Amino acid sequence: MPSERPSQLLRNLSAKLASVPMILTAVVVFLGGTIWTIVHSFTNSKLLPRLNFVGLDQYERLWSNDRWLVSIENLAIYGVLSLIFSLAIGFLLATLLDQKIRFEDTFRTIFLYPFALSFIVTGLVWQWLLNPDFGVQSVIRRLGFEGFVFDPLYDADIVIYGVLIAGLWQGTGLVMCLMLAGLRGIDEDIWKAARIDGIPTWKTYLFVVIPMMRPVFITTLVIIAAGIVKLYDLVVAQTGGGPGIASEVPAKYVYDMMFLAQNLGQGFAASTMMLLSVAVILIPWAYLEFGGRRRV
Amino acid sequence: MRIGSLTAALAGSAALWAGAAFATGLEVTHWWTSGGEAAAVAEFAEAFDATGNEWVDAAIAGSGSTARPIMISRITGGDPMAATQFNHGRQAEELVEAGLMRDLTELAAAEGWADVVAAPALLESCTLDGRIYCVPVNIHSWQWMWLSNKAFEEAGVAVPASWEELVAAAPKLREAGKIPLAVGGEPWQQSGVFNVLMNALGGKELTLKVYDDKDAEVAAGPEVAKIFEALVQAREMSQGGNVKSWNEATNLVITDQAGAQIMGDWAQGEFQVAGEVAGVDYTCLPGLGDNAIISADGDAFYFPLLDDEEKAKAQETLASVMFNAETQVAFNLKKGSLPIRKDVDLDAANDCMKKGLAILAAGNTIKSTDSMITPDTTTQTNELFTQFFADPDMTAADAQARFAEIIASAD
Repeated sequence: MPSERPSQLLRNLSAKLASVPMILTAVVVFLGGTIWTIVHSFTNSKLLPRLNFVGLDQYERLWSNDRWLVSIENLAIYGVLSLIFSLAIGFLLATLLDQKIRFEDTFRTIFLYPFALSFIVTGLVWQWLLNPDFGVQSVIRRLGFEGFVFDPLYDADIVIYGVLIAGLWQGTGLVMCLMLAGLRGIDEDIWKAARIDGIPTWKTYLFVVIPMMRPVFITTLVIIAAGIVKLYDLVVAQTGGGPGIASEVPAKYVYDMMFLAQNLGQGFAASTMMLLSVAVILIPWAYLEFGGRRRV
Repeated sequence: MRIGSLTAALAGSAALWAGAAFATGLEVTHWWTSGGEAAAVAEFAEAFDATGNEWVDAAIAGSGSTARPIMISRITGGDPMAATQFNHGRQAEELVEAGLMRDLTELAAAEGWADVVAAPALLESCTLDGRIYCVPVNIHSWQWMWLSNKAFEEAGVAVPASWEELVAAAPKLREAGKIPLAVGGEPWQQSGVFNVLMNALGGKELTLKVYDDKDAEVAAGPEVAKIFEALVQAREMSQGGNVKSWNEATNLVITDQAGAQIMGDWAQGEFQVAGEVAGVDYTCLPGLGDNAIISADGDAFYFPLLDDEEKAKAQETLASVMFNAETQVAFNLKKGSLPIRKDVDLDAANDCMKKGLAILAAGNTIKSTDSMITPDTTTQTNELFTQFFADPDMTAADAQARFAEIIASAD
């Protein structure tokens, strides 16, 4: 019925008017800024942006740069592992807390507490804990295990796992809380039905509860993923990218190029690549998630 | 030391808040937060406060490479501070070109800066198209080696007088459980070691060919290959240090856990704060003892253009205070650097500073690396050398090939 269309547009007019500023911000600041950045990534801008186009030079330099390649690799390792472990550990902690244990509030507070710390503080704390001269290694050596070696932050091959430990320690509590909220949202009747049918508890969790918690998982996934892509301050505080360039990450490359090397063009090229990689993951997912629903 | 830098970081952020709260006075950003440095900067603050203005300290903890991005983004982002430290050279070049900095030419002419400055190069680094844009406040040179006398005594060897002697003494130091050469884990420190080796072992001409003329053939040639071999020795001698910032590395020398450190003369402030005496507790070797040459690097203050008339006036006062002979002496004695004026009285200078002054008077100076290559190239060499120090499998030849590539693409 075409005559209904204009009224559709005018429905909730005040709500639509109210969202105009946000739409403008999104278009002008986010979209405009993004386009501006991409355009300038094809220039040889140094400290200040200039429109002096050099084609794909910045991208060629980027992809032939060891540090950028190491950064990408680190982000992949950190991303995959932190996604798996924070979901797994978070869910496990949540189910354990869900067993109606005593002092649940106390435990929840303890687990969530690291999340109240900034990445800078987390990084510094773990830098000290993992320092071989006065951290975990020295404590265990003083207990009598002279040959004990644990210095991930000073070993280029495993330094990213040292960063991962700190990241998980900081972030898992939040995942746990989200999961716990999801678990509490499951109707008690479901559990009763499962018990009557004689399904073991672990099976109920795995095959009934988890599928029902899909929205919670999606939310958690988005929060974790955003944290992964912007990983920066933790590395700065904990390792400074070292030893050597072993724990560099893309966000740090962008920042260092833009402000330290005074090479905006190179920084913009790197940030464009970051945007592209996010888009490559996000667009198919958004299509499946939202496009699919419309067809139903 | 670690605790020290944390408190400094906290103090720094507190100062930043204070800067936001009180609009009067001038906010001054700098990265002088270690013990000796903080004591020196307090001299500036005191002298400026005495003129009836207020020095609002906004120290940014960490090294220059942490602080500069913050400073630059504040200036380009439209929230300039009233004065800020940079190393003169090419770091602030584009900011000046873009007209973001106050022109100090008239003040300099009125006070006759050119007549009293210790080396003409100091003002030249502040000059762009004939106008002066910064106040040099000290002369720093990178080309120093600091040695702990006690560490060598305990290892049973004489205190080395050259790089070669240190290399020879290294096994003995290892036996005594000491790190022969303390090198902090930050990229700028590691490439600093290379540059000093090049200045001292390769000489002035080689350095200029590589960094000033950007001659990639020389950079790939046999003379530079020798420097890379020395760098391999430096890497071996630095194993087991596990320190990050330069003052932690200096602290290893002060506490006799390490034999030596290659670091600029700013390290001297740390020895002074620790109550050590030059010649007795520690030894300093300009040009590593091989080649008495120093660079006229240094710090300078730039004054971003501000709309506020009163602040603009106060900026000129501050510039004048910094150049003032008395402040120069007080500041540089604490900082361990050389004053930028030749007409000041430095009887209070210690042995190391006197050595530096003598070299300066003899004219054995070299352009600073910062003034020859852009921050972009510096970042690339920093990456290379930090990788080199972290990865014992990287050979001298591999590193040199990459170094030559960087020089070839430098502008």
